[in-house]
Amino acid sequence: MKKRSLMQRLLGAPYILWAAIFIIVPLIIVVYYSFTDSAGNFTLDNIKGLAGYKDIFLISIEYSLIATVITLLISYPFAYIMSRKKESTQRIMMMLVMLPMWMNLLIRTYSWMNILEKNGIINNFLALIGVEPLKMIGTPGAVIFGMIYNYIPYMILPIYSVMAKIEPSLLEAAEDLGSNGFSKLRRIILPLSMPGVVSGFTMVFVPSVSTFYISQKLGGKIMLVGDAIEKQIQSLYNYNLGAALSLVLMVLILLSMALMKKFAGDSGDNILV
Amino acid sequence: MKKHSGNIFIGIIYFLLYAPLLVMVFFSFNEAKSTSVFTGFSLKWYRELFASSTTMTALKNTLILAVLSSVIATVIGTAAAVYIYYLRKKWWKNTLDIVTNIPMMNPDIVTGVSLMLLFVFVGRLVGAANSLSFITLLIAHVTFNLPYVILNVLPKLNQTDSHLVEAAQDLGSTPTEAFFRVILPAIMPGVTSGLLMAFTLSLDDFVISYYTTGSSFQTLPLLIFSMTKKAVKPDMYALSTIIFVTVLVLLLAVNIGQIKAAEKNEKHK
Repeated sequence: MKKRSLMQRLLGAPYILWAAIFIIVPLIIVVYYSFTDSAGNFTLDNIKGLAGYKDIFLISIEYSLIATVITLLISYPFAYIMSRKKESTQRIMMMLVMLPMWMNLLIRTYSWMNILEKNGIINNFLALIGVEPLKMIGTPGAVIFGMIYNYIPYMILPIYSVMAKIEPSLLEAAEDLGSNGFSKLRRIILPLSMPGVVSGFTMVFVPSVSTFYISQKLGGKIMLVGDAIEKQIQSLYNYNLGAALSLVLMVLILLSMALMKKFAGDSGDNILV
Repeated sequence: MKKHSGNIFIGIIYFLLYAPLLVMVFFSFNEAKSTSVFTGFSLKWYRELFASSTTMTALKNTLILAVLSSVIATVIGTAAAVYIYYLRKKWWKNTLDIVTNIPMMNPDIVTGVSLMLLFVFVGRLVGAANSLSFITLLIAHVTFNLPYVILNVLPKLNQTDSHLVEAAQDLGSTPTEAFFRVILPAIMPGVTSGLLMAFTLSLDDFVISYYTTGSSFQTLPLLIFSMTKKAVKPDMYALSTIIFVTVLVLLLAVNIGQIKAAEKNEKHK
């Protein structure tokens, strides 16, 4: 027994050490940088400076929430239709959903820029048939569209995987007991698929609220939190303000996750079976 | 009628999912330098791509980084999963669980910035002029790969029969032998899928790399980023087309194999 526990410790040691140095300590360093100036003296200036970023935070939350809700509204019926297909069809459909994810996000987003921009593909086409060019790039709509496009597989995947597990016999039983389409959805499919919805929601919201590339390419002058952090760190080299912004973003996401967990817990209780 | 509208809806979504990829493939064959006006078919961007040493170096760097980081993460992560599986102290298990989840919950930009600040901080302490390098990039990649390896291996451990190890030890094997001859073969599918996941995550990562690499080591996503600051030439599209076709062929092969295997199983029943 002694031998086993020694070996066990040896197995765990590298990871524990790694996690302590490269997961825990960096978070402490972020807090340290947030409360010091460039010379390393304690200051509250970075935290006070955050007041100027209130609008940027609000816009980031607004756009990413809109994007996440629209993604959910598209993914839910999509996953449902997919889960009712033949098994081999389901497999191919899932593969086709995941495939674009293998292409780097930068390339996909740049390609959308080509399509939507002022002299882009859509406007070139409109010019051919004599229609005035549309202004698409640089609008909030383009940024929200970019978020939906890039992260929709993260929503479809978890919702589909819970829906595929719903027994068809359960739905048949509900029909036999007199449920119509709507009550079947409300009383069986919706509660049973809630865990998938919750994880999809966070998996889309987190990368959306923290993106900077999508807003840079599709948003023109629109600035999100991610852009603000990138600017402070990569062009202004103000690591302290950059750290403070990251800290707030992190807290914001932890809070929204806790909220989601609570929400999921409340609605997950009345699951049948 | 209802079924029809469902299929149309699915079709539109797929069309939107693939629209930018179609644009990419189409314009990779463009004769002109533009990525929005097509003037004629040409393979010159493919030729230029293979001739460009910057792109080829970046490709090589990306592969080196992905192989190294995924292998290191798989070794440390698999050992960690076995350790966590045998843990008895509940509070310690929960603590490790929370810590493991941090890199997955945190947005990439926060993970990247926090690691960068650590490297800069340590660099200042030891007085290094440039604290970011290939090593810091490798550390960052191992860090974000680790949770995915652990999460792939742990479920497999939970599925293995705990009596197997006891039986092996009763038959006279040492704990080390029992690990390599009984546990490891049983959890191998989880280890492999963890390794593959880590490899692909590393290949594709831009955000964390962007904050943690030095100027001397450039990966493909970083190269793409610096190129998209200006107008992209179709050679980037050519490169993406090649990657896309490779992935497509691999995925099709795996899926067709699985479907065939499933059908065979059906028949044998």
